[in-house]
Amino acid sequence: MEEVVLNYGSTAWMLVSASLVLLMTPGLALFYGGMSRGKSILNMMMMSFGALAVVGVIYVLWGWSMSYGESIGGIVGNPFDQFGLSGTIYDEAGEFALDSFGVPMIVGVGFQATFAIITVALISGAIADRVKFSTWLVFAGIWATLCYFPMAHMVWAFPAGLLSADGPLATALGTNPIDFAGGTVVHINAGMAGLVLALIVGKRKGFGKEPMKPNSLPLVMLGAALLWFGWFGFNGGSAFEANGLAGLAWVNTTVATCAAVLGWLLAEKIRNGKATSLGAASGVVAGLVAVTPAAGALTPVTSIILGAIAGAACALAVGLKYKLGFDDSLDVVGVHLVAGLIGTVAIGFLATDTGLFFGGGAGQLVVQIIIALVAVVFTGVVTTVIALALKATMGWRIPEEDEVTGIDQTVHAERAYEGITS
Amino acid sequence: MKLITAVIQPHKLDEVKAALEAAGVRGLTVSEASGYGRQKGHTEVYRGAEYTVDLVPKVRVEVLIEDEDATTLTGVVVNAAQTGKIGDGKVWVTAVEQVIRVRTGASGPDAL
Repeated sequence: MEEVVLNYGSTAWMLVSASLVLLMTPGLALFYGGMSRGKSILNMMMMSFGALAVVGVIYVLWGWSMSYGESIGGIVGNPFDQFGLSGTIYDEAGEFALDSFGVPMIVGVGFQATFAIITVALISGAIADRVKFSTWLVFAGIWATLCYFPMAHMVWAFPAGLLSADGPLATALGTNPIDFAGGTVVHINAGMAGLVLALIVGKRKGFGKEPMKPNSLPLVMLGAALLWFGWFGFNGGSAFEANGLAGLAWVNTTVATCAAVLGWLLAEKIRNGKATSLGAASGVVAGLVAVTPAAGALTPVTSIILGAIAGAACALAVGLKYKLGFDDSLDVVGVHLVAGLIGTVAIGFLATDTGLFFGGGAGQLVVQIIIALVAVVFTGVVTTVIALALKATMGWRIPEEDEVTGIDQTVHAERAYEGITS
Repeated sequence: MKLITAVIQPHKLDEVKAALEAAGVRGLTVSEASGYGRQKGHTEVYRGAEYTVDLVPKVRVEVLIEDEDATTLTGVVVNAAQTGKIGDGKVWVTAVEQVIRVRTGASGPDAL
């Protein structure tokens, strides 16, 4: 085997990518914060910063090991294999250990940690304005441990992971599943967890009766911009090299997102008669989510098709919570679960080499549907258990009068704005 | 002495101010207000959820004047604030018992 040497260009790109993805979580805090009510914006932003703090710490303790350590049945890595990154950073000669692309393992640890952080933070939008901050922090740690790390292992720890490239499922069906940057691991995972939490935590007081308007659409748009910028690291960095694939992912990410903005605006123009700034910002995220699993497998032209479909579909999906009666406050389900499913399954039709529309037969489509379903079921079951356990022990909700007064004031003893009561 | 209170369309403030100045008024107070009349509110849409906002933004102008100017100056305000469309606002006049200028302590019409 040829000896791998340090690749400076790719190492630099992966350090930049990790930094970009880390920036997405504060960006998400702005995106969600602006969309929440004025009396709960700080709590909403704190849920993102809290997830960042908790998951950042546990990732180096046991997160990396559970994601990429010695496999236990293809489901999860052994947390004690590389606990505290023991044996991860240096090789036997005492040099920095390198991955197969010539990038130091420790750089990969940083990059992967940022994915775990943003995935947990994404869930918070489903339960805005109403949960105990302590319960959220505990949930963040437990959910990352029992839900995120196993999903990351199953999909990305190849070839040991159950759903990974060259893994057991791929071998059995003869087709490699494609999840380039986290359609299943990040978006279906977070979206499904959001749905479960919204159902178990319950509605905000006045949901569906009182207006619950975004307090600052400029913050939402700033947050969407930061998410988009950070997503270049998310998708571009998932090439793991500074190369043409990273460039393809960059362009696909951008054009799918542009098309999703148009798709969302068109759908709401037809339905409500107006194209809104919140619709544009939401379309950005819907497009970014949909192209995440597909960024390396599509052409720019098929990326446009995917983005347009995802944007329009999510614009319609966000209205479902009112009909179905669950308070997914900031549409984690309507955007991340829906666009994550669309992107993951669309690969089966649109993949340049293996998609149904490009002469690849139905094999890719079947595999994509299976990994999407596994993600939905696994996350659905595990999140339900965690959420019910926390409900029975710590409890999720703050007292009703504190929720009405405003969670910023009652839980954090702060207020973002003077004179805001809604 | 009288107090004219006018609740008007925000975009008409500059014209009302200019008209009152031209009519000899040397001071007034402006504050942001919200409310509704025949106009009722408007509709806002956030991710497909439509909300009716019944309080619309207005500007409240308050002017202290001498008794004999009341008819003229209310006419000046109405003329300047009028667009003829629903939502133009209201003007009313109330009696004022006493006015004192803080800086000098002067009271009554001298304080206007």
